Amino acid sequence: MDPRIEELRALLGQGTAMPCRPWAHARLDRPQWERLLLLLAADARLELLSLWAEPGVVLCALRHEEEEEFVLFSLACPDGTYPALSPLRPGAVRFERMVRDLWGLVATDAVDLRPWLDHGRWALAAPMAARPARREAPPAPTDAPQPAFLPVEGESLHQIPVGPIHAGIIEPGHFRFTAQGEMVARLEQRLGYVHKGTLGLMIGKPARAAATFAARISGDATVAYSIAYARAVEAALGVAAPTRAVWLRALMAEIERIANHLHDFGFVCNDAAFAFIHARTGLLREGVLRAAATAFGHRLMMDRVLPGGIADDLTLLGPDAIERALAAIEAELPDLIATYENYASLVDRVVGTGAVSAQLVARFAAGGHVGRAASRGFDCRKSPGYAPYDALDFAVPVFAEGDVDARVRVRLAELQESIKLVRAILADLPHGPVLVPLAAAAGEGAAMAESFRGEVFAWVRLDESAILRGAFLRDPSWLQWPLLEAAIEDNIVPDFPLCNKSFNCSYSGVDL
Amino acid sequence: MWRRFARTLIDGPATERAPALPDRAAEELARAIEASARERLGRSLAIRQVDAGSCNGCELEIHMLNSIVYDLERFGLKFVASPKHADVLMVTGPLTRNMHEALLRAYDCTPDPKWVVAVGDCAANGGVFAGSYAVAGGIEAAVPVDLVIRGCPPTPVQLLEGLLALLQAADRPRPKPRQASAPGAI
Ligand code: SF4
Repeated sequence: MDPRIEELRALLGQGTAMPCRPWAHARLDRPQWERLLLLLAADARLELLSLWAEPGVVLCALRHEEEEEFVLFSLACPDGTYPALSPLRPGAVRFERMVRDLWGLVATDAVDLRPWLDHGRWALAAPMAARPARREAPPAPTDAPQPAFLPVEGESLHQIPVGPIHAGIIEPGHFRFTAQGEMVARLEQRLGYVHKGTLGLMIGKPARAAATFAARISGDATVAYSIAYARAVEAALGVAAPTRAVWLRALMAEIERIANHLHDFGFVCNDAAFAFIHARTGLLREGVLRAAATAFGHRLMMDRVLPGGIADDLTLLGPDAIERALAAIEAELPDLIATYENYASLVDRVVGTGAVSAQLVARFAAGGHVGRAASRGFDCRKSPGYAPYDALDFAVPVFAEGDVDARVRVRLAELQESIKLVRAILADLPHGPVLVPLAAAAGEGAAMAESFRGEVFAWVRLDESAILRGAFLRDPSWLQWPLLEAAIEDNIVPDFPLCNKSFNCSYSGVDL
Repeated sequence: MWRRFARTLIDGPATERAPALPDRAAEELARAIEASARERLGRSLAIRQVDAGSCNGCELEIHMLNSIVYDLERFGLKFVASPKHADVLMVTGPLTRNMHEALLRAYDCTPDPKWVVAVGDCAANGGVFAGSYAVAGGIEAAVPVDLVIRGCPPTPVQLLEGLLALLQAADRPRPKPRQASAPGAI
């Protein structure tokens, strides 16, 4: 037995066991937390999935890459501080900045403690803390503090500020490029513009009512978010969603994946000035959205997945509509892929552009197409896995190049896997009810669901009346955005839109 | 690709082909927009979209307006990259406090006469996010709104309907350009 695994399990045993399901959760004291840090330093296979807080408590979710162990650790911070994880896990940097902005807990010895979500424009400081502080004079919208960017030194460097409003129909965020001629020396992102205080709105609501907010953390992945949230609530309450509902959730999730992958494929090509593919994928995507509306009553399938099951059963016309949309994709996709592969001008733009190394991807534990384009094959449908995927046969495509092309190829391969999955689900759909009532019981639950971007992680804590007392939803983009900063280095500025589209990270998902 | 092009010669454009067609209502609406765009404006209308805190659901549907299925540009309505080139600001989201200033600036950059369209329940009144410490609860808190298109998110057909209403309203005489308001936070 690997001694380090033994140490991890020993630490789990020594901490106070919290009633979390199905992930083990140990509340540590400070010396134990320090030992956790030593473990993180010693064992690179221990991946940081998420870091968040409750009033006065910091929590983290870890995955042991080889043993497929998923565990939670937490630490009470009576003095408002906790030893930082960021010196050991670069992915922790933004989480620590967010935890300070929302809960007021400060990571000591942190790599970076500049504000992140808090732009100095709210009337409250640390709005999620037990007692948020009122800012004495709430700043006027036009009179907020200027952000501080990291210094860059060198000859003949210039800065290009972009955003928050971008040129296209996309979410807002600020990109600060430092360039030498056309070459990007550094990109620094500043996000937080679409922070809506969603987590704060969820707290204090009944578990089912709060699902509305989970569905709107990132609207493009609304189904995956709703599934992750519902599964966490069900785990906390010890309630099982009916089998038919579980299968229909997967049906919706795969339809969502198909629609989004079509969208992203088209947009990457469009940013390489190749409008033809974009036009065709737009048409195919519209077909999928209409099928979703016919089958589930909403084009994006928002608010269909609820804790306890799903809101409504599949309509009678649904399966045919879905099959027609799939057939249209299958009829055209081979031609589109051949076009993508055979046009030298397009290949020239995407191959070798915006490459991220497998090591970097592993250090950040980035999931989704960003991970799978650079040898990290993690897909939470397989591991830890959840129903009905354990009963379904599908492949998780993995590439090694880590460039724009590889990220496109992951999507193209997944698209085809998802088409197979949709057909398999429709063929074997179990019968029965689709929604069960929720028990009113206290509990804590954690779960993941694979969105088109990667795994969405959800954690909830409920009181005896099944009212939400704690919640966190972690978008896969938390661990992907920083890699975009790395991907663009030593690329030319005009390739940025292409790199950015190939990542297609969520703004709303990480701004919360 | 060439095969696809060749097929198109036989099939006709996707915008009018059966599976790609908007349903009947949308088709009529499309014709109506075309007529009023020509009659009333006699020119094209440039739209700048601003996300003031959306969940990105509204953006996904706005994107579809540009697809060959809805092909917004055939009506003379097109999305532009800069508010300086825009006649219409199409704003989504509950107006997060962190986007307030950016929206004001975009509004100030847009030349008169200009119209503001609030897209989605969030932009209308904050939607489900109303009451949060981080949002103003609808874009009216920052800029005067000429038209609200409700929905969460509104479908492309609803968006087309809204733009038709805007084209009709655009013909009516308007009061002098209004000032954007810059209230203090909360
Ligand atoms: S109206 Fe609905 S879809 Fe649009 S931004 Fe708000 S929550 Fe998202």
